Amino acid sequence: MPVQTEPPKIEVGSRRGSAPASGTSSSTKVAVRDLNFFYGRVQALHNISIEIPERIVMAFIGPSGCGKSTFLRTLNRMNDVIPGTRVAGQVLIDDQDIYAPGADVVELRRRVGMVFQKSNPFPKSIFDNVAYGLRINRVTSSGSELAGRVEEALKDAALWNEVKDRLKTSALSLSGGQQQRLCIARALAIRPEVLLMDEPASALDPIATSKIEELIFDLKKQYTIVIVTHNMQQAARVSDTTAFFLLGKLIEVNATEKMFTAPNEKLTEDYITGRFG
Amino acid sequence: MNHSDRIRRMNSAVMTGLTALCTLLAVGALLIILSYIAWQGIGSLSFQFLTDSPRPVGEGGGIGNAILGSLVLLLLSSVIGLPLGICVGVYLSEVGRGRVGNVVRFIVDTLTGIPSIVTGVFVYAVLVLPMRHFSAFAGGVALALIMVPIVARTTEEMLKLVPHSLREGALALGAPQWRVTLGVVIPAAAPGIATGAMLAIARVSGETAPLLFTAFGSRFFPTSLNEPIASLTVQIYNYAISPYDEWHAQAWAATLVLMTLVLGINIMVRFLTRKKF
Repeated sequence: MPVQTEPPKIEVGSRRGSAPASGTSSSTKVAVRDLNFFYGRVQALHNISIEIPERIVMAFIGPSGCGKSTFLRTLNRMNDVIPGTRVAGQVLIDDQDIYAPGADVVELRRRVGMVFQKSNPFPKSIFDNVAYGLRINRVTSSGSELAGRVEEALKDAALWNEVKDRLKTSALSLSGGQQQRLCIARALAIRPEVLLMDEPASALDPIATSKIEELIFDLKKQYTIVIVTHNMQQAARVSDTTAFFLLGKLIEVNATEKMFTAPNEKLTEDYITGRFG
Repeated sequence: MNHSDRIRRMNSAVMTGLTALCTLLAVGALLIILSYIAWQGIGSLSFQFLTDSPRPVGEGGGIGNAILGSLVLLLLSSVIGLPLGICVGVYLSEVGRGRVGNVVRFIVDTLTGIPSIVTGVFVYAVLVLPMRHFSAFAGGVALALIMVPIVARTTEEMLKLVPHSLREGALALGAPQWRVTLGVVIPAAAPGIATGAMLAIARVSGETAPLLFTAFGSRFFPTSLNEPIASLTVQIYNYAISPYDEWHAQAWAATLVLMTLVLGINIMVRFLTRKKF
């Protein structure tokens, strides 16, 4: 019996416009060179090198514990807050090494926004959640401009119509999907250049998930987006490029379409056809 | 129903009954104490008793100066002890991880266990002796010293309950750590911190021993923080050990007032810290 001699058909690019931008992007936004990462003595990432072009969506896939989230978090130095971690190698954003001595972490995180797996709105009002980053970074001192930026961010996150009449109510009164979009709005408000998303839809139902996916598709016009996902269909739907991680190593980076139809590496094929992981 | 099933049900019924009995005993004892105090104390309560200062036996008099004195002492000790305790708690939870934090935590725990009379003697030695007189100030410091470890540990516990994801969310927006702590973590834990503060205030409002050698007591209304001051607890103590029935009755009434005061503090803080979000 021929067991899956062909990879299963995963619909690719169903949400994409007529002209797919995959692989044709011009300049490199993020360049990682020989990155190694350690939790104490345990090495979680091995010699990762990858280039992420500007204004595309790149998906990281791989089984649990393969290091994709860890790698994502090295891109805005979010791992710095975990005691006992160590980074070796270079992460260049616009040709500047973010791990260079004297690099400004606060400035970095302003430029590289992040949305987490579990939505984490602050126990404040909806408005104050979105305004938080603007206030912290002293983006504006005028109240009307602040309100404008909040409205814009909520619109970008496709949440404005649902919350415009209750901006002063608690963010915790929103549904799970709305909370996650609020977190996206919060990240967008300070207009980052890169948006990191760590399984942003893993805790959401299919309807909320599809809203987030549509959003990602819209956002790529302005932002460089890196998304970690467990869900290969999701990677296929939203991303232009896909990177496959296994046991802390980067196995393959390829155009998403190619990745899910004819990957270069045997390991990738085994994974996406469900032979392990 | 087979045999083992019957035994299990019987066990369950016996255990449920036992816990209910224990609860009843504990709550019952408390109710008896409260109602006995109310019964004994209510007879001597009057407007004059609550506002007048003490008089010689047989001439009535009241505890107005002691009520005011207790409030002054509580205010003084809160002003000194709460900020200090909260700061220590923030340090333990947010800053001092590792060895230094553990040493501080151990010291704080030891302080919690120090008998309050020792605190009184300590303040007597370092404040009262050099100043050469008892004072409200010394009393406030003694009570504050008792509050600090309680407030510190409850604050620490409450801050640790704030999900790590909230801190990461704020950090990812480019907030420096101090702003994360001040603007996100502490507000999220505020009701809990306030509860800890309330517990500490309620705890010291019943303290007598540390006031004996510091605030000392007085038969007049306070005019300055630099002189001995009356307090309900010391007044109760002095009246209760006196040989006069009239003063015994006044001690009961003062006890009732003290209890009501503590209850009032509890209700007030509950009201102020209602969950807004």
